[in-house]
Amino acid sequence: MNSALVIIFFVAVVALYLGIRATRGKKMNVNEFAVGNKGFGTLFVFLLIAGEVYTTFTFLGGSGWAYSKGAAAYYVPAYICLAYVLSYWIVPKIWRFAKKHDVISQPEYFMKNYNSKALGVVVAFIGLIALIPYIVIQLKGLGIIVSEASYGTLSPLLASTIGAIIVTIYVTVSGIHGSAWNAVLKDIMILFVIIFLGIYIPYHYFGGIKPLFEAIQTVKPEALTFASEGLSQSWFISTIILNAFGFYLLPQSFTIVLSAKSERALKKNAITLPLYTVLILFAFFIGFAAIIQVPGLEGAAGDLSLLRLTMKTFDPWFVGIVGGAGLLTALVPVSVMVMSGAVGLMTGFYKLIKPNSSDRQQLTVSKLFVLFIILTAYVFSIIGGDALAILNIMSYGLITQLVPALIFGFFGTKFLNTYGAIAGIVTGVSIVLINAVTSFKLVDIFPNIPSALNDINIGFVAIAVNIFIGVLVSLITNNLAARASSKIELVK
Amino acid sequence: MRKYAQLLLIIPFIGMGALLPLANRIEPYVLGLPFLLFWIVLWMILSSVVLFIVYKLDPANKGSEVQ
Repeated sequence: MNSALVIIFFVAVVALYLGIRATRGKKMNVNEFAVGNKGFGTLFVFLLIAGEVYTTFTFLGGSGWAYSKGAAAYYVPAYICLAYVLSYWIVPKIWRFAKKHDVISQPEYFMKNYNSKALGVVVAFIGLIALIPYIVIQLKGLGIIVSEASYGTLSPLLASTIGAIIVTIYVTVSGIHGSAWNAVLKDIMILFVIIFLGIYIPYHYFGGIKPLFEAIQTVKPEALTFASEGLSQSWFISTIILNAFGFYLLPQSFTIVLSAKSERALKKNAITLPLYTVLILFAFFIGFAAIIQVPGLEGAAGDLSLLRLTMKTFDPWFVGIVGGAGLLTALVPVSVMVMSGAVGLMTGFYKLIKPNSSDRQQLTVSKLFVLFIILTAYVFSIIGGDALAILNIMSYGLITQLVPALIFGFFGTKFLNTYGAIAGIVTGVSIVLINAVTSFKLVDIFPNIPSALNDINIGFVAIAVNIFIGVLVSLITNNLAARASSKIELVK
Repeated sequence: MRKYAQLLLIIPFIGMGALLPLANRIEPYVLGLPFLLFWIVLWMILSSVVLFIVYKLDPANKGSEVQ
């Protein structure tokens, strides 16, 4: 057993311990399990939301994208930052409604906002298909990080398995409380690791940040600006706006909003979170440094750039700390995802079948759904092929199809009723899914459009159609309803 | 007037989105960063500033909190 493995093992044990003891002295019920009895103050909400951002994707993917795709990687902090800006307007509205109507999950929110069980089922289902790929990516990422950092002693499969077991145990015992406590530990470790590496590596190899970029400018200048086609400026702009709207609609972020104690806790966080996101910059430094220091990682292997560079630069014990931090960046988000998905299914399906179920039954069913989701994700992470990667890219495209229904819902207008909302969502989701399978571009339909339009994120196009269909169906059904009622008037 | 403070939230979208074509360049370097990366980071910091101003102007944040 090498020293790296000892440290990773130690972190795993601490995570499990913290996760289990998180609910000490609390009486568990569904509300406590799902949203911490809506009692989380500014700091916990901050750490949970930040926890959703500093995931294995940021850790491996942020540096990996900078390594393989250059400036396109900037989309990650850009959309997250805009999501926080937007959240100041959106999130308090969600929170107020949820507080007033005792909402504990996203499907329940839509169900009560539109007074439609069917819409709740649709939302629960879309939430699930957007979530599963996310969880799988985290489990796979966890496997890669721990396996690499253990210098191959643990196989990725074994590492993912251990990770999945730890999450399952502490989520079933503590619900969201386990995630909150582990988020504290995780953020301390990840901050230390990412800032240290992000400063040490450029200075160690290049003598500073500016020399690092000047070296890149000499070797690969195209990595420092956007391409003229493909991952171009119009791709960047459309993607950051789309994802900014989608961010708080991901079931796991939505759940965190519901767990807040007050509107002001959410607003205060919106102010500080963009600054916190700046730290992703350090992951980019590492990715850019790796372009020169560990060249030749092709395709998906680009995601290994951070770990490879760390192993090249440091002693095993420090690699162990990086591996431990990597482990936590997977465990915390996965736990919130699994939990929010499980409660979503419970409120979206089980409560419909058994409306009079006791709190205890609902809690048990939520926990069974936890097992169901994590097992599904685990199986996919072993057998998953391309289909999954496609779904992951589409996660945001799918979940943002709920945006029109959410925003129209704020104003309670007649321009979007239940039928319109469902029709719009189903149309939008279909477009996104068809695109995922056939990967058509706008240029295939309109051969003469300029590349600036062609590069627009397809989720954007889907939203436009979604709104159009939604409003159209709403106006027609409103009209029919009005006629039907006037006929009744006449008969009278 | 203060009711409309939230309209300021559009500023970061303009900076990071609409003005982006002006910033898609490597030089000049600012604070050691290529210009495009500096621009993104600058707007992340300005986003916090805008949010802080909106928070202070927002009448809903005055006085004690209703829970």
